[in-house]
Amino acid sequence: MASYPTDFKYTKEHEWIKQSGNAATIGITNYAQESLGDIVFVDAPKVGTEIKAGATFGSVESVKAVSDLFAPASGTVTEVNAELATAPERINKDAHGSWLVKITLKDPNELNSLLSAADYEKYVAEEGSH
Amino acid sequence: MSTVEAEAEVVPTLRKTALNVVHRQMGAKMVPFGGWEMPVEYPAAIGCGIINEHMAVRTGVGIFDVSHMGDIRLAGPGALAAVQHISMNDASRLAIGQAQYSALLYANGTFVDDVIVHRLGEDDYLLVINAGTREKDFNWVRDNTRQFDCKVEHLSDDFTQIAIQGPKAVDLLQKLTDANLSAVKFYWLTRGTVCGLKNILIARTGYTAEDGFEIYIPSDEATSARVWNEILEAGKEFGAVPCGLGARNTLRLEGKLPLYGHEISDTINVWEAGLDRFCKMEKADFIGRAALEKAKAEPLKRTLIGLEMTGRGIARDDYPVLDEAGNKIGHVTSGSPAPFLKKNIALAYVLPAFANLGSSVNVEIRGQGVAAQVVPTPFYKRPKKA
Repeated sequence: MASYPTDFKYTKEHEWIKQSGNAATIGITNYAQESLGDIVFVDAPKVGTEIKAGATFGSVESVKAVSDLFAPASGTVTEVNAELATAPERINKDAHGSWLVKITLKDPNELNSLLSAADYEKYVAEEGSH
Repeated sequence: MSTVEAEAEVVPTLRKTALNVVHRQMGAKMVPFGGWEMPVEYPAAIGCGIINEHMAVRTGVGIFDVSHMGDIRLAGPGALAAVQHISMNDASRLAIGQAQYSALLYANGTFVDDVIVHRLGEDDYLLVINAGTREKDFNWVRDNTRQFDCKVEHLSDDFTQIAIQGPKAVDLLQKLTDANLSAVKFYWLTRGTVCGLKNILIARTGYTAEDGFEIYIPSDEATSARVWNEILEAGKEFGAVPCGLGARNTLRLEGKLPLYGHEISDTINVWEAGLDRFCKMEKADFIGRAALEKAKAEPLKRTLIGLEMTGRGIARDDYPVLDEAGNKIGHVTSGSPAPFLKKNIALAYVLPAFANLGSSVNVEIRGQGVAAQVVPTPFYKRPKKA
């Protein structure tokens, strides 16, 4: 089983966020890509969009399903991973290495309420056993 | 993320096919479908996943457990008359060993179900029907054939049905049977020994728009598992993979094969669905004929078309179809990415005014209109063998 990077924080909705000072990078976890199956489409917000912690900010689609993306933290989108528009399957190959958006953080303290790698790993182990 | 699946159902208890344990052992993702627990796709770790499974069928061979489908046998001197009465295609054209696509209709010309009618013998017919409509169809057939001298049997639980589909299907199955498959044309059937089992029905039919076969073997778990594994083993040299309902859907969609509850249902008639060529109005009376005769004289209220997304987005089941001004003109019946064509496609019912090839419409995707174009169907046709 893939390990979850310890310098990321995680949401229960299976997004990861990596903080660097006042900025952060956001993606979806390996558990998410495995559940989804082949990813065929990413609907990301435009640069300049404000996203709000806990609210949807886009979607990821597999052949069979549409999955909303929930923002792990609030902020403004500064960069969007253009590769994913033409090669969304990269997320399946390397979910933790395929970022979706970069943001400036409105309030870095929001990350304190997110799950650590260890807590997230425990969380998905419980989800998987249902 | 949260996931919204197009066909999630809440069912108290799901039925399982004889191969359920085998699918789980292979790590398949199981989902409810038509009252059954079925594999939707197999793991990437064994070279599967919807896209790989779809491509295997288009370029090599894929193996499907389709035991959830139903089987009704009509046998006796009145069997042909009974079949003719309840179905719209002309079964009198069938030679022994031949099959045809057909449908059971209500008196108002709408669909009870679509069906493949197989002529097994002189007065012996097998109807293969959809999973979710097993009980409804059997009751319908039994209740509407009482006046004919034939026995009507519900054989659905007697068979494990395995579909072997793709350009290499014939090479794969030939390794496992003494039947001469090269003598079996498409939509014909034969019997032979398969994996050591005698007198197995082998039909050159399928739901993938490729060449392929469906075999009907005894439904006990041990036999079913043994045959399934032998097929996969024999298929290794052709790149055979197990395939789930996910690929089954994308394959049939590319080929514009209807799915009950989507393109056909009890609120849609034969003309709207565009299935004219399977409906033989010149036949003696059959259930639905009178209503269809009447409907033929009136203009169509809606018609089934093929759409290709030209804007960025995936049209999915039930999404509204809009004209360029944003007015609703129809709805998507089935929509998905098409793995072989590498496009996003859909079938949809629209007002006939918008059905011309090349017409521009919009599909409403999460509140936004995304451009699409009316294209010819089927979207995919398998290449003719040289």
